[in-house]
Amino acid sequence: MVQEFCRWLGDTPWSVGLRESIWIYPIVETAHVLGLALFAGLAVMLDLRLIGLAFRGIPVTQFFARVAPWMWAGFTLMVISGALLFSSDPVRLQGNVFFAIKLLLIALAGLNAAVFHVTTYRSVAAWDVAAAPPRRARLAGLLSLTLWAAVISLGKLIAYARS
Amino acid sequence: MLQFAQWCNHSPLAEAIRDSPWIFPTLEIVHLLGLAVLGGTILIVDLRLLGIGLKQLSSAQLAAQVAPWTRAALAAMLTSGALMFTSEAIDCYNSQPFRVKMVLLLAAATFMFTVRRRVISSGTGASSSWIDRLAGITSLGLWAGVAAAGRAIAFW
Repeated sequence: MVQEFCRWLGDTPWSVGLRESIWIYPIVETAHVLGLALFAGLAVMLDLRLIGLAFRGIPVTQFFARVAPWMWAGFTLMVISGALLFSSDPVRLQGNVFFAIKLLLIALAGLNAAVFHVTTYRSVAAWDVAAAPPRRARLAGLLSLTLWAAVISLGKLIAYARS
Repeated sequence: MLQFAQWCNHSPLAEAIRDSPWIFPTLEIVHLLGLAVLGGTILIVDLRLLGIGLKQLSSAQLAAQVAPWTRAALAAMLTSGALMFTSEAIDCYNSQPFRVKMVLLLAAATFMFTVRRRVISSGTGASSSWIDRLAGITSLGLWAGVAAAGRAIAFW
């Protein structure tokens, strides 16, 4: 099913055109790297605030309100450019073990963020201005840092897989 | 310049990096992780300068908060970058994007430690002056150029 879809996608004129383009493919890769700086960079900053390692003078809710929109802009750029990169070579990526692990880790990072938002973040009013947020918030921040670092590393390794 | 590149390229260190299947990928990963952290710390301050980011602290306070992370990320990027250059110095010497990247890097770093630093320390706090905004957008543009040119090294 997945294989069939990837084979179909890889044969579309869209995919072939992207794969063989001289300019568009490098531009999409560049967008992916700039999106990385925007998304992961600001995610690291949010995580540092959660862990209590930086920006202690700023309430957590205000930090999120002012920084998260830019982080989401970066995330959107990453997803769009990432989807384009995938569509340029779906058959090879589908068989790439690093790519598979990368997707899994992105899902885990999303799950971590979602769980944090519906549990620990609910009580943020109680620790909004605390220099060091409660242990569960710090753990969520640390886990987020670790997972995104692993996602970035695996993204780099995709280029090295034999397939 | 060419002689320096040749000397690097033929050094035992360069050979060791080329002979190992994992050192170069590791250097690339360190370089990317450094990019993420450096990107974050630069954005936090530049968005503040532009008046569209955090407002609770002044640019100077934010810059002071992120300074250790900026320094650590710069150190990681420069070290991994220098080692990658060493292992393929002659290719880099011949690469147009690499040359563009080095010029932009020099410009971005110089701007960061001269003009931007001065603008940040002379900032009055609450609102962003046009000088703040100009410094923020220049900094973002230069660093984005460094990243884009870096990506282009692999293609041309």
